[in-house]
Amino acid sequence: MGSEFHIVVCGSIVPDPLQTLAPQDGPAGPSLKNEMMLPAVLDPWAGHALFEAANLAAKNPGSQVWLVSLGPKAKLQQVMMSVSQKAPFQLVVADGSASGFTDAYETARVLAETIEGIGGLDKSKMLLFGGWQSASRGSGAVIQMVGELLGVTEQFQGVDRLTVGGDGSLEVLERVEGGAYQKSVVDGAPAAFGWATGELPEPPNNPQVGMQNMQKNMPALMQAKPADLSGTSLKFSSVELPKQRRETRIVKDVPVDEMAKEIVEWIKG
Amino acid sequence: MTVLYLAHTECDNSLHKSALEALTAAKALADGLGTDLAVGLIGADVAEAAGTIGGCNAKFYAVSGPEFADGRYASDLAAAEAMAKACSPEVVVAPATSRFSRALPGLAIRLGGRVDTHLSGLAAEDGKPVAKRWFYRQRMEGTLTRDERPWVLTLDSGCAEPFAGAGAADVEALTVNVSSRTKVAGMECASEDQQTIRPDADLLFVAGAGWTKKQADGATHVPEAESTIRAFLDATKSSLGSSKSLVDISGEGGAVISFLTHMHQVGQTGATPRHPKGLSTCCHGEEPHVVGWRFIKERRAINLDAGCGWAQGKCDVLYVGDAFAIMAKVNELLG
Repeated sequence: MGSEFHIVVCGSIVPDPLQTLAPQDGPAGPSLKNEMMLPAVLDPWAGHALFEAANLAAKNPGSQVWLVSLGPKAKLQQVMMSVSQKAPFQLVVADGSASGFTDAYETARVLAETIEGIGGLDKSKMLLFGGWQSASRGSGAVIQMVGELLGVTEQFQGVDRLTVGGDGSLEVLERVEGGAYQKSVVDGAPAAFGWATGELPEPPNNPQVGMQNMQKNMPALMQAKPADLSGTSLKFSSVELPKQRRETRIVKDVPVDEMAKEIVEWIKG
Repeated sequence: MTVLYLAHTECDNSLHKSALEALTAAKALADGLGTDLAVGLIGADVAEAAGTIGGCNAKFYAVSGPEFADGRYASDLAAAEAMAKACSPEVVVAPATSRFSRALPGLAIRLGGRVDTHLSGLAAEDGKPVAKRWFYRQRMEGTLTRDERPWVLTLDSGCAEPFAGAGAADVEALTVNVSSRTKVAGMECASEDQQTIRPDADLLFVAGAGWTKKQADGATHVPEAESTIRAFLDATKSSLGSSKSLVDISGEGGAVISFLTHMHQVGQTGATPRHPKGLSTCCHGEEPHVVGWRFIKERRAINLDAGCGWAQGKCDVLYVGDAFAIMAKVNELLG
């Protein structure tokens, strides 16, 4: 027996992890050098949350998935061309900075206000999803604040598994210290979940799903309202790349026995 | 004006090392700002924990009882909120444990304040608190401050010395009624023999995708790779990390090392563990891997490429050779 969920996934874009990043100072604070030129991807943890949401919705007929994203809409449009092929969802866009230096509270406030504006969203059925971390700010704080602002007080972080019981209850496995999981049970929606990686592989591209998604999502991108993130006193006195460079000793053309002996001595030392 | 330090007890009612480290930072901040320090403890029974840190010269508050034994958003937040409202702090400092990382961002909302998490440093400068943290997954470190108060801060482990100062503590117990639809049903812990991330291990062993690639004979040797890695971990009880590419091979239908999961992932999209030593094997790559090394003190690597851009300048010693052969010999020497 399934349950009907209204799943809201919060997730934005980040620079492709393979890119070399460098900070620069600007009039509005720090930013990334050539930020708008860097190729972007959906934040990895938000991606896991989205794929888990789509899987959960597919298993529970009547459920819907919204992807709520705060980011520059031109870059979002590029990324969504590929993300839209992965899973069915309705995109909701707040047009603003996706910078890692944006204040977590301001981001949460904009996301909460955007979610409040979703037509047809039943908050009593709402599961608020998002990444446990992000590859930009990495605060691990936004989902909790969005949930709190929306009155969602059953919250979980570092989630790898969510199982719906026959009575609609939700069993959650959250990562805690030492490679362990904490198991909890909440009696149903509403609840908030910051996902770790989950257990699903990235879905293969499905052009048909992509076409259906983009028919709905292109208007959402066009109609995106500018987000005001200016209400913060957060100030950076510096942002620096770590400068440490090690003098690497290359051990080459040496018998395996000697290398192994040296490694063992180092481990035991 | 008060700095409130928050901590929760462990299942044996003690305080974790990261909690003692955060107390050192909180006390230094309070001293630097010339303000009072308050301590707030949450747990099933906080008496032992209070005695452990009673010498910190602070006013103590506690919320305790069976419903506060386990980490749960609603109960931890309610307890933290009660203690914060009892002393109206300007700054709240806590360790970035999984329990507080879950609950304390909500505290900032309830107190009308702001939160910054995973700090790598905290200091008082010109009468103001100044925080340091990493951005873009440990790729650049920023120094920041803000005017909004209260400012809720969580400090990552390994960024301060653990506080030492036992003494008698006069604890004011606060009563908190918790309403939650969540029940904690227990823990699923890795056994001692399982290959896993072990935060207290001396060594991090990182397995890269090379372990599953075709070797010199043109064939893959995944079972041999598994047994070699297992034997090394059994002998050293090291923490096991993996590159993302190796974990992702499972989704691409490639041969996989059966005991590696996303739980082991280190780097840009995984964990950035803190171990005294790290040994990386069969890894290649640039920035994402550097992030995985960020907090490893002594670093050595084994791979086939002497010019590997990831290893050059990033690790202390690079052994250019076949990891299968070298690690087999290492295992033999480890007995």
